[in-house]
Amino acid sequence: MSVESQDLNLCANDNRGQLQLGAGAGLVGWDEVTQGIVLTSFNGDATGIANKKAEERTYSEFNSYTASVASWRVNKPVFNRDICIDCQNCWVWCPDSSILSRDKQMLGIDYDHCKGCEVCVEVCPTNPKSLLMFNEHADLDESLAAWPEKKKKEKK
Amino acid sequence: MAITSIKNLKEFSTNNDRFEGAHTLCPGCAHSMIVRELMNCTDDNLVISSNTGCLEVSTAVYPFTSWDTSWIHIGFENAATSVTAAQVMHKVRKKKGTLKDNDAPVKFVAFGGDGSTFDIGFQWLSGAMERGHDFTYICLDNENYANTGGQRSSATPVGAHTSTAQAGTHSYGKKQKKKDIVSIMAAHGSPYVAQLAPNKWKSMAKGFQKALEVEGPCFINTVSPCCTEWKFDPKDTINLTDLATDSLMFPIYEIIDSHELNILYRPKNPIKVEEYMAAQGRYKHLFKPQYRHVIDMVQKDIDDKWDLLQRREEARL
Ligand SMILES: Cc1ncc(C[n+]2csc(CCOP(=O)(O)OP(=O)(O)O)c2C)c(N)n1
Ligand code: SF4
Ligand code: SF4
Ligand code: SF4
Ligand SMILES: [Mg+2]
Repeated sequence: MSVESQDLNLCANDNRGQLQLGAGAGLVGWDEVTQGIVLTSFNGDATGIANKKAEERTYSEFNSYTASVASWRVNKPVFNRDICIDCQNCWVWCPDSSILSRDKQMLGIDYDHCKGCEVCVEVCPTNPKSLLMFNEHADLDESLAAWPEKKKKEKK
Repeated sequence: MAITSIKNLKEFSTNNDRFEGAHTLCPGCAHSMIVRELMNCTDDNLVISSNTGCLEVSTAVYPFTSWDTSWIHIGFENAATSVTAAQVMHKVRKKKGTLKDNDAPVKFVAFGGDGSTFDIGFQWLSGAMERGHDFTYICLDNENYANTGGQRSSATPVGAHTSTAQAGTHSYGKKQKKKDIVSIMAAHGSPYVAQLAPNKWKSMAKGFQKALEVEGPCFINTVSPCCTEWKFDPKDTINLTDLATDSLMFPIYEIIDSHELNILYRPKNPIKVEEYMAAQGRYKHLFKPQYRHVIDMVQKDIDDKWDLLQRREEARL
């Protein structure tokens, strides 16, 4: 198992997940909102943004990409590259844009934006699953070492 | 239009998300699955508006935006009004040649919850459809006013418990039937209306692409299971959507030019609605003996509707 795929900064832009969103931290009160303000998602020209990967973009400080919801998690999904078949089920159904797929390959998880919902684990078709939930504080290498064996089909 | 490939999920996954994380939707919320799919099925520039609701409040937590596109929010009822105004402005400026890039393709999309679509924004949506703007309206149908604590809407189905249609000793939850929004929108003469579901990602992406491509006002109702108000485990959002489409509680179909109805998903072995209901807390009370008749009533409605859809498909009317 390569350690790179568990890299916490995998495919990350410099300013990904800077501000922890939680308990109002970093947010402003209703009476402090600037009325009529335009919040730009990017610094500078955003032409052709659909064709740029996250790591090539210049996100502005207003883009929620620069915030983190990591503190919402109790359990985290851990990815096992050795079993994955790159079907991209996890990519299409992750509600938090947190599956990092590049060039048809599933590379890993964006732990700044993953909320630990476990949807990716549910939709993963491999046996054993290539994604499993572990305690948020579990060590990644230990989690991988504890991966279950292939499950036999239950006889009905 | 710059359609992106949806041949298979591997190709689809080469798209770069334009909907960013650290929005504050609940873990497992289907709203963002649907929004991501819409935004990933095209490379065109998008101008998007949202009605008030979970999607809007969660993706615009001041001073943040989760949208990598132009995005506008005005009020509960007027996503259709604001995005069609932008569409008219774009048309006029294009004619005058005053846009930064006159040839760049732009698509106009509005998102509304069922509360704002079926009820409070209904006349504004109807007006925009009638005026015939070139835009796509997508309803995120979670069958309740989720953002304000789960009140009943005219999209709430019979028998569901909501905070304003409560189940108890003398009540089985909501009494009235769900409004048939798809037929109502088709009756506006729309070139493309459909009901789609996120578990069937391919028919959903295809439907979105069709709606974006077709000129004129298009409407799509999407099933958006809400783990918080429907009361199920967030990890089961897609499993539950499977039960919704396999029980035909949410048939997947499209209507082209108000008459050409195509069923887009035919479950090989349809399951009973009971199985779908049993997976959610909002229907728990229906399993008491005194409310058994409600389940049977819902099942009969589903069977009748499925029969009608199949007959309409065949008759092309
Ligand atoms: C005119 C008006 N009435 C009521 C509200 C309060 N309100 C805000 S969000 C919301 C519920 C939205 O429900 P729905 O459209 O179904 O979207 P959901 O949150 O379920 O996605 C309500 C009632 C409002 N903002 N404006
Ligand atoms: S746990 Fe949920 S948010 Fe995290 S990667 Fe999986 S699907 Fe996405
Ligand atoms: S769902 Fe599982 S097998 Fe498919 S890409 Fe994701 S991790 Fe790999
Ligand atoms: S209440 Fe329901 S619709 Fe709203 S964010 Fe939570 S899961 Fe999504
Ligand atoms: Mg709703």
